[in-house]
Amino acid sequence: MDTSKLLQRSDFEWQIEPHGNMRVPAIIFASESLVQEMDEKVYEQVCNVAMLPGIVGASYAMPDAHWGYGFPIGGVAAFDADEGGVISAGGVGFDISCGVRTLHTGLTLEQIIPLQKQMADVLFKNIPAGLGSTGHIHLNPREMDEMLSGGACWTVDQGYGLEEDLRRTEEQGCMAGAEPDQVSEHAKQRQRNEMGTLGSGNHYLEVQKVVEIYNAEFAETFNLHLNDIKISIHCGSRGLGHQIGTEFLKKMVVTAPGHGITLPDRELACAPLNSDVGRNYLGAMRAGINCALANRQIITHLTRKAVSRLFPEASLEMLYDVSHNTCKYEEHVVDGAARKLFVHRKGATRAFGPGHASLPDDLRSAGQPVLIGGTMGTASYILVGTGESMSQAWGSACHGAGRSMSRRQAKRTWRGRQVQDELAARGILIRSPSQRGIAEEAPGAYKDVSAVVEAADRAGLARLVARLEPLICIKG
Amino acid sequence: MQPSQPHWEHFEHGADIGVRGYGGSLEEAFTQAALAMTAVVTDLAIIRPVQTVEIQCKEPDSELLLVDWLNALVYEMATRKMIFSRFNVAIEDNVLTATAYGEPIDVERHEPTVEIKGATYTELKVSEQDDGQWCAQCVVDV
Repeated sequence: MDTSKLLQRSDFEWQIEPHGNMRVPAIIFASESLVQEMDEKVYEQVCNVAMLPGIVGASYAMPDAHWGYGFPIGGVAAFDADEGGVISAGGVGFDISCGVRTLHTGLTLEQIIPLQKQMADVLFKNIPAGLGSTGHIHLNPREMDEMLSGGACWTVDQGYGLEEDLRRTEEQGCMAGAEPDQVSEHAKQRQRNEMGTLGSGNHYLEVQKVVEIYNAEFAETFNLHLNDIKISIHCGSRGLGHQIGTEFLKKMVVTAPGHGITLPDRELACAPLNSDVGRNYLGAMRAGINCALANRQIITHLTRKAVSRLFPEASLEMLYDVSHNTCKYEEHVVDGAARKLFVHRKGATRAFGPGHASLPDDLRSAGQPVLIGGTMGTASYILVGTGESMSQAWGSACHGAGRSMSRRQAKRTWRGRQVQDELAARGILIRSPSQRGIAEEAPGAYKDVSAVVEAADRAGLARLVARLEPLICIKG
Repeated sequence: MQPSQPHWEHFEHGADIGVRGYGGSLEEAFTQAALAMTAVVTDLAIIRPVQTVEIQCKEPDSELLLVDWLNALVYEMATRKMIFSRFNVAIEDNVLTATAYGEPIDVERHEPTVEIKGATYTELKVSEQDDGQWCAQCVVDV
């Protein structure tokens, strides 16, 4: 992106003044080099979002922003329903409530290393991954609706997990206001056999070691110590979320003119929050959030079972579960007054600061854990939300590395076996049903996640707490 | 000039991938776009066209129809766990009727790379070019 079009407000904040039909400014949080590497499309998309009715404050882009669908991936925008504000299916994304969950294991590096290969194999055998895989749980229509209303709470009621898991999940494991009736039969059909599956693409389950602590106090609160072994799960609402996204995107494209909305880009399709399409999408999208929470909860259960075969003493407690493709109704302070807004985070993680009422008691004084996934060969990071982030971008931070190379180019550049062997030589075991999938997800095809989290930290969106590196990666 | 044979190609899009089909008719371009989408998942040559699935779509214009057609295939692939390599497509007045030929996914043999979440409106274009060729393209989210 050409930085001459931007007004530099600080080392890590760049502003685009409203022009054309923009109702508010656009603000990009990133270092100069990250901004320069960003696609020009990010500029276009972050400005387009600023044109949408009812937008409040500014249209934001996180340090990992890249070309998305209507909204940039890494885009954050809040809307006021009473001021004609809209909800956008593209602003949430196809993979509704895709997110990251991190589990403690109570194990250390010394315990894992001798059994690393067995652990990779037992996880790969027990966690369904990749295209065509099916879960062990098949839902009948009644159970499907219960799951869509109850999320991870329903899952725990069914025996897949612990009550304590819910406290460490956004929305305490259950998104209120879900309307299973607004989820089509097609979407439910796509999900029937997919509960408890990782999916494919950049989704994974990783066994990681803590390699660096940046802030000892927060690390203690989050129970993170050097050489601890953690397990992180990155996946979303599977076929159900994709189908809801597909169907409502079309409904929003078709109905936008009737709502008096002129779209600068069809992919930006949206509907007023106070319209039938807007309300119906909200109900369906919230059901999609519950599906993602339930899915990660089931995978947690499968992971616990698998790990206990090798380490019966291991106790897999939850650190936290964050979602990075959502629209949530939240209270924020705008010009000194509290307002309830619908905050879209497309490829952006909620990063609530200390004292927030939604945080569990034992984390409230610290702030929310912000879980940032890396790639197979690089690091993942744990950050903490700050008071500053609440006032900067509605309490939001980045979500991951973002690709720097297309899938096509990656497949031409690497072979899956070669990537797998190189990583094994570095002590990272990859298990995947597809060698081609490994090539497409080669670590070299991604941007440097370290630069992204450093920018988030320096911009004040969230503070760095710890770095984790992979030992085992189960890839869809 | 000799009109070129129907064909497909992929084009770059940041995190995802674009599919583009060319043909002497709208139907051929739609067929080629569907082949391009399958080729995102696996090698077309190893798919056996032994089972058929019937598909119907109706939309107000040919661009929305392309997205609907590809999404109908995504749905059939996801729910039937199948993969397709041959298509018979007929389009009249923005109503598409098609037969897709394929087989159940065999992870070992097909080694599927990614599953497709959906076809999108990004870079969506259906047009007849100056040389009489039709082009049908969009980005698919993977």
